[in-house]
Amino acid sequence: MWKRIFALIKKELLTVWRDKRSRFVLIFPPLIQLFVFSFAATLDVKNVPIGVLNLDNGERGHELVERLMGSPFFSRIVFLKGQQEIAPFINTMQGIMVVFIDQQFSRNLDTKKPADVQLILDGRRSNSAQIVAGYTSSIVNQYNDDFTKQNNIPQQNTTLIVRHWFNPNLLYYWFNVPSLSGILTLVVALILTSLSIAREKEIGTFEQLLVSPLTPFEIIIGKTVPAILIGMIEATVLLVIGTQVLHAPFRGSLFLFYASVFVFITSIVGVGLFASALAKTQQQAVLGSFVIMAPAIMLSGFATPIENMPYWLQPVTYLIPLRYYLVIAKGVFLKDIPAHLVWHNIWPMALIGFVTLSTSSWFFRRRLE
Amino acid sequence: MSLSIRRTKALIVKEWYQIICDPSSILISIVLPIILLFLYGFGVSLDLNKVNIGMVMEDKNAQDFVQSFTGSSYFNVTFANDRRELVDPLLAGKIRGFVVVPSYFSAYRNYVQKAPIQVITDGGEPNTANFVYNYAAQTWGKWLVQEKMAGKISGLPLINVQPRYWFNEALKSRNFLVPGSLAIIMTLIGTTLTALVIAREWERGTMEALMATPVCIKEILLAKLIAYYLMAIVSMICCVIGTTLFYGIPLRGSLLVLIGITSVFLLPALGTGLLISTTTKNQLAASQAAQVVGFLPAYMLSGFIFEIGSMPKIIQMITYIIPARYFVRSLLSIFLVGNVWSLLIQDTLIMLAVGLVIFGITSRIIVKRLD
Repeated sequence: MWKRIFALIKKELLTVWRDKRSRFVLIFPPLIQLFVFSFAATLDVKNVPIGVLNLDNGERGHELVERLMGSPFFSRIVFLKGQQEIAPFINTMQGIMVVFIDQQFSRNLDTKKPADVQLILDGRRSNSAQIVAGYTSSIVNQYNDDFTKQNNIPQQNTTLIVRHWFNPNLLYYWFNVPSLSGILTLVVALILTSLSIAREKEIGTFEQLLVSPLTPFEIIIGKTVPAILIGMIEATVLLVIGTQVLHAPFRGSLFLFYASVFVFITSIVGVGLFASALAKTQQQAVLGSFVIMAPAIMLSGFATPIENMPYWLQPVTYLIPLRYYLVIAKGVFLKDIPAHLVWHNIWPMALIGFVTLSTSSWFFRRRLE
Repeated sequence: MSLSIRRTKALIVKEWYQIICDPSSILISIVLPIILLFLYGFGVSLDLNKVNIGMVMEDKNAQDFVQSFTGSSYFNVTFANDRRELVDPLLAGKIRGFVVVPSYFSAYRNYVQKAPIQVITDGGEPNTANFVYNYAAQTWGKWLVQEKMAGKISGLPLINVQPRYWFNEALKSRNFLVPGSLAIIMTLIGTTLTALVIAREWERGTMEALMATPVCIKEILLAKLIAYYLMAIVSMICCVIGTTLFYGIPLRGSLLVLIGITSVFLLPALGTGLLISTTTKNQLAASQAAQVVGFLPAYMLSGFIFEIGSMPKIIQMITYIIPARYFVRSLLSIFLVGNVWSLLIQDTLIMLAVGLVIFGITSRIIVKRLD
């Protein structure tokens, strides 16, 4: 029995490796994606052009504008001449924000009266706009502190100090590399398994497999193991490039990493085999796995945290293996996560893998016998 | 051989039947858009409604400060006596940060020295970390105003920053995520589905069978493009209905302009699909290629979620030739602002140019292949 399974595994690996196109598909797209998206997928906002409308002729308005000009967040500052220029500037997306300083600004400040700075922001990009508003407020507050100190105006004396743990400079690629290593491994493992049986069906070699001495159980093992192997290799390549070339930190234990990658891929392969068993053609298999993949990635907590989702939707995420894997991946890369926390996230994946693998093998056996 | 309208029409009808009979086409043109719209409407949200944070109160005299956090609509606060208790939840992602009021807080407040309040966030989630800090700063600001009113402190910031968000006053990320996701749906139909369908004809050999009939290759491809164009437009109209009625997102521009700009975007999208299928002629490779040059750029490089200005310079250069970048911008404007002509005309011209270049390349490759 083991000899036969081994032969099938060898055959599977050879089919993938011999075909120039599938070899290409396994190697290049994931790497390109890792490189491009590690740096591109950033919700951070910097180098944005903004507009300034300064109607204040006094010194204070000028000082504040200089502070804004000195900030590295803004790539370019466009000076507007009148209020009628604000709407076209924002509408045509020339800048995400206009800082409006009114005529009273210097006069109010010099007489120690409160003064306003208005920010007009483009709500089409409300997330970025909020971040830009946050930056601007901190610049204005800094100016405010300096101004009050110089003029001996009494200040309140509490201060807020922030520390970002695990990623002190909030570098996005530190977050992206571990997440993408999971997502790209998922994509490869899922496409590979969902296509493997569908292709055999389409070409007609599936019948040949059936008339061979292999039992259905052996066929399933023979299809599962190569996919897991290739997925593990893929994860290793992504790990090496992510840490060595892209210089993301890896602070946790390699053993925990591989243990969770193994369980993660097994659960994905189970889903892929299931799609493969249902599909009649390769196209259906690809599209079917895409329909599974897109929601799985979106609801996994990668792009947006799970707690932002509506309460009724959150339980759905418990069914997604990627959800657990992302916690572990970020944990081992960035946080040196302890084993008991990894365990909390491994067993649900193992459970999902067990259920999907046994369902799809049941499904197969029923079809085959 | 010149193009024949009659033959092309017959081919379009054939394509149409093929679409209707193939469950996978239905899946991608109807089921997937519904799933995506649903997910972008509910699942993907950048608005933190309630962040779970921890609070360590080493100074028991700071009750009123703590109350401003527990009373805040931004936070869900769990208390701890020691910051070590909060490390595990932070590692596991159960809380996104914690606030520490140090034991010397009250003592410091009575001196010249500044009394510190610490905010620790989970840098593993940079966006959330930023928001936790921003929200904490806002809550702190509100607390200061209360303290001032109670006469406990004297000074307050003199300069007030007043942000005003146009077009999306309630700051719902859904209002920009859902219209932006239409660009992804159009890319899926225009590029991924078209690439797969044409690659399948090559792979199965039915393309040769078709070419043996009196129709010429241009008619075959044109018919396919027209069929998928029509399908995309139908899907677009369904999506608009869903977006405006179901999610209540305004459509401030006109529907006609929206369909016009969608048609313009479909030119490069369909062209890319055609180009992929003619170069790969294999479904597996076509699906991967469509993923890499179609879906993922539309998702990640279009400025739909991720800010283009923050990307490295080389990647920014790449985004200039990605049609989805212009389409996303136009979509957002048509939905949330109105017909901003100067922006729309610019985007139309660029997308047309990219589309023509792609079609130029494709037709050269096709002619070469047939010779």
